[in-house]
Amino acid sequence: MSFAQQFPVVFNALNVGFLQTLKLFCVTLLGALPLGLLLACGEISRSRILRSVIKVLVWIIRGSPLMIQLLIIYYGPGLLASSISAEAAAASPFLKMLQGFKWSGGEDGRFAAAAVAFIINYACYFCEIFRGGIQGIPAGQEEAGLVLGMTGRQIFFRVKLLQMVKAILPPISNEIITLVKDTSLARIISLQEVIWAGQAFLKGSQGISGAIWPLFFTGVYYLAANGLLTVGFAKLEKKLGYFR
Amino acid sequence: MPILQVEHIRKSFGQTKVLDDISFSMEPGDTLSIIGSSGSGKTTLLRCLNFLEKPDAGIIRVRDEVLLDASQQPKKVNNRETRLKRLHFGLVFQSFNLFPQYTALQNVTLAEELLAHDTPEWKADKAKEQSRIREHGMELLNEVGLSNRMNNYPHQLSGGQCQRVAIARALALRPDILCFDEPTSALDPELTGEVLRSIRKLAERNTTMIIVTHEMNFARDVSSSVIFMDQGCICEQGDPREVFDHPQQERTRQFLARYHGEN
Repeated sequence: MSFAQQFPVVFNALNVGFLQTLKLFCVTLLGALPLGLLLACGEISRSRILRSVIKVLVWIIRGSPLMIQLLIIYYGPGLLASSISAEAAAASPFLKMLQGFKWSGGEDGRFAAAAVAFIINYACYFCEIFRGGIQGIPAGQEEAGLVLGMTGRQIFFRVKLLQMVKAILPPISNEIITLVKDTSLARIISLQEVIWAGQAFLKGSQGISGAIWPLFFTGVYYLAANGLLTVGFAKLEKKLGYFR
Repeated sequence: MPILQVEHIRKSFGQTKVLDDISFSMEPGDTLSIIGSSGSGKTTLLRCLNFLEKPDAGIIRVRDEVLLDASQQPKKVNNRETRLKRLHFGLVFQSFNLFPQYTALQNVTLAEELLAHDTPEWKADKAKEQSRIREHGMELLNEVGLSNRMNNYPHQLSGGQCQRVAIARALALRPDILCFDEPTSALDPELTGEVLRSIRKLAERNTTMIIVTHEMNFARDVSSSVIFMDQGCICEQGDPREVFDHPQQERTRQFLARYHGEN
């Protein structure tokens, strides 16, 4: 098959794969941004226990490879289930529940597991960025709000939030651009994202085999997505440039 | 009737006594200057009056209403009651603490607008209330000489202009007592004049004010009474001419001599 004949076939397959990449990207952001904010609030809370728990969680998640986390979250439940004996499960409702949990088969299960792993992983990174953003606002801002009779809520939403957003925009955009590329790690549990789709033509698919260029070509998708994001973030930064 | 009575305020940070049995009172229209070296507790005293610190002991009364009695203070800090009590006082900070994302005018009107949200007038005619608050804000900025800077953001203003916006902002909620925490200490020397002029104008209009300052000539000129603080105590207080020209206490003399030496 000539390149001209191969191209439309490959292009279609890669588009399908990239759709899955985008889905994972969006779901991760939707989950990890609010979860990260929640973790950041916990990390600056007065409860020492909560702070320690979050610190340990962040250490584990940031300190180990995302690829391993993906493997554990995808394969862990199944391995756990088979290691719990029938008697133990009968005795403890919790163990029974653990044993009962498994990812659904096929692509849906792989996607759910990948989404969970990515959300937890990125929430921990976002948490640290948010914490820095919140703590970076001078105490005088809160005090000025307090002496003007504002409520804690008003101070957060009307005074601090926008300053925080401005401060964390560069590090957040960095993480988000990394996330676009990190989605390719889900290939390790055979999620059918764009790298998986490109690799298929190496082994053979839809009459094309031994072709390595589709794999190389997947890079174009990442470049395009990150190009768009870079332009978007630059616009946003400019928009918030009216104050310092 | 005194507008403010402060009785036996004490405050420690850990082992350090910062305020030790502070008592004084003010009549409406008084301008009280508090002088003293760094670390003498002046700023902490202002922060206690503005509920930014909680005294360990003592009573604060405004117009005979007990705002704070440290011996029977409930634990909740930022409830509605405390919030409204704060409004008896206004505070102008050393470092301005303007909100950077708002224009000068928005800085002045924000708090008044947020407070207006709960009122029946706001519900009845929001636009009218908004324009009333806006007018009020413009008037205040005009008084500090910034009517041509209303739509500028803080980073577009000089330090002196920022501090004047902060004064207008503190006046917006019509506090009974306006406090200044070293309002010119963060300014270049050539910018202090314009801020002091604004404060002087307020004094001429009988605004009740407490000014923590290192500007001795200004304090002597503008105040109706002066407190000299040293190591958390009121060392000397009285008429500014008396305190500055005939200090009774050795520590006051030493402190003032250091200033005269510099200037």
